[in-house]
Amino acid sequence: MLTRLLSGDTPRSSLLTALLLIILISLAFAPFLFPGTKSVETAARICIFIVLVASYDLLLGYTGIVSFAHTMFFGIGAYGTALALSTTGPGYGALIWGMAAGAGVAALFALAIGLFSLRVKAIFFAMVTLAVASAFAVLVSQLSWLTGGEDGLNYKIPRELTPAFKLIDEKIFDVRINGKLLAYYLVFFVSVMLFLVMLRIVNSPFGRTLKAVRDNAFRAEAIGYRVVWYRTTATVLSAVMAALAGSLLAIWLRYTGPATTLSLEIMIDILLMVVIGGMGTLYGAVLGATLFILAQTYLQDLMGAASEATSAVPLVSMLVAPERWLLWLGILFILSVYFFPTGIVGRLRAGRG
Amino acid sequence: MNGTAIKPRIERIPLKEQFFQKLPVLLVPLLAVVGLVAIGDPASWLTLTVAGLAMGMMVFIMASGLTVVFGLMDVINFGHGAFVAVGAFVGFTVLAWLAGWTASPSVMLNLAAVLIAILAAMVVTGLLGIAFERVIVMPVYGEHLKQILVTMGGLIVAQQMIYVVWGPDELHLSRPEAFQGALVIGEAAIEKYRLVAVGVGLALFLAMRHVLKYTKVGLLVRAGVENGEMVEALGYRIRRLFLIVFMTGSALAGLGGVMWGLYQETITAHMGSDIMVPVFIVVIIGGLGSVEGCFIGAMLVGLLANYTAFLAPKVALVSTIALMVVILMWRPQGLYPVVKAK
Repeated sequence: MLTRLLSGDTPRSSLLTALLLIILISLAFAPFLFPGTKSVETAARICIFIVLVASYDLLLGYTGIVSFAHTMFFGIGAYGTALALSTTGPGYGALIWGMAAGAGVAALFALAIGLFSLRVKAIFFAMVTLAVASAFAVLVSQLSWLTGGEDGLNYKIPRELTPAFKLIDEKIFDVRINGKLLAYYLVFFVSVMLFLVMLRIVNSPFGRTLKAVRDNAFRAEAIGYRVVWYRTTATVLSAVMAALAGSLLAIWLRYTGPATTLSLEIMIDILLMVVIGGMGTLYGAVLGATLFILAQTYLQDLMGAASEATSAVPLVSMLVAPERWLLWLGILFILSVYFFPTGIVGRLRAGRG
Repeated sequence: MNGTAIKPRIERIPLKEQFFQKLPVLLVPLLAVVGLVAIGDPASWLTLTVAGLAMGMMVFIMASGLTVVFGLMDVINFGHGAFVAVGAFVGFTVLAWLAGWTASPSVMLNLAAVLIAILAAMVVTGLLGIAFERVIVMPVYGEHLKQILVTMGGLIVAQQMIYVVWGPDELHLSRPEAFQGALVIGEAAIEKYRLVAVGVGLALFLAMRHVLKYTKVGLLVRAGVENGEMVEALGYRIRRLFLIVFMTGSALAGLGGVMWGLYQETITAHMGSDIMVPVFIVVIIGGLGSVEGCFIGAMLVGLLANYTAFLAPKVALVSTIALMVVILMWRPQGLYPVVKAK
């Protein structure tokens, strides 16, 4: 049953299994295990980013396509939901058709990009998607009558998902059972579901063909697989997944703006998460996203302490200033591409012997 | 010798094909004419054209290094933008030291200050380029995916280092006295600095063409682009050539950074990644690896961006992307595809 749920793709390493279980349990009971707004925010972010990063891994790790347009699809999903909710008011109908519309538009965009440029070399595709994505980001920030421009959109979500809604009056384990908790579990369960769907995709014959295309497109073509078709389909699937992740973010934050969905920084974050976790395995996305977001949230405090401790040494204190945490991640990133090209997951699996 | 030595026969390309190959050259004047018709007012057209050419030239300066590096080494450097930013910041520091020179009305002193700033920027970015090639790019030759990832990582680190060295705020970079203000020709106002940018870009283009076409290094570079293994087999150390080209490319990015910084008058650590989008578009339009294509692409992008910004500001945001799409539909490998034996 469990193997079936995981589509036969078990972690294949006891340490990895343990880590994944810890992450799963922590996320499943986050509101009870780590009470407090900040930790629940972080947990929800981790859930959403696991989906987003896994969907990117579908492209990068499984199909070998480097795209910089992934935040564009994330943003389309978020804006789809945001626009539906802000134009027709808070209702489940709006929520659902907003999500569907976002995913649909993302699929169409992905299809256009895919058909247009997947015939070209990896480098070409990377540059084209970078250009398209940044044009999209600029466009969104300029069309303020529709998207709220740089300020983004604030909107209401169905009342049952807001803190104002109380399910029961008593607290359970000191936690208020309110709409926010429901919203968290909505995010959590949808994320788990999407993740399992992606696991199903990559372990199907289709997923195996993707790997064949990645490893040797020429041979795959020669055997008779239509490489362009496979690449385009992978692009569309990953775009739809990213858009759904975007919708989750829109529901959770009750705000959608260019900075939270479309910026190049987020794209780079996704890239870092995939590579650090391990390309070509969805479990890598789980580890990568979790570690990265924990670092983003808590490492800065740690670095702040280090910075204060070294404040007497001028250059060092600048280097460990909390705002410079990305510097260290960048270095880690380069090193991991060289020394751990398979990421944490690849390492753990190889370590098993 | 009996006079029957075989002469090499160079096949003449039929005139029609020659014309077809040269066709992209005509795009720039064509676009300018279309712009004139659409704008209607010659004075604003002239201003916009000069502005477009100036922008195009600066983008060309930054893109040329990138495209040659790609052509020769098959490496696309996503960290190129970092060199642009570093160049601008070094230029800023030097110009700040020479504040007395830049503030004086003497044109010579102004020019000297700018030249020193440019030189310093080019030296620093050139050295940085060497380090970048040795440390970051060298282990991943021939692997596009890793190149993209690693150079992206290099970009992050370089940007963060700019924050460490120069602080997180955006800095104001003022032009020297002589380059401020505008010339008025008829009714058209043309900023002096834009003319300078056009001059520098044109000079660089001609120099690059000359080096690539008529010098031995250029010959080797061109031969290396076609077939690196063969050049190596002939006894040239292609690795060293790589290094020289990478250094030059990075130094050009530094030059572009100073020029762009003086044009924008504010510099930030992420200015490099901002400018990379037009740079990539230009490189793609031109055909990866082609200097001529890059030049024409830069002119097209510069002119189109300025014309549409005047005519329809909202359209301007996507106009260059549209241009890229149209050109790729016409010529999928860019305007001047570089023939690769690889």
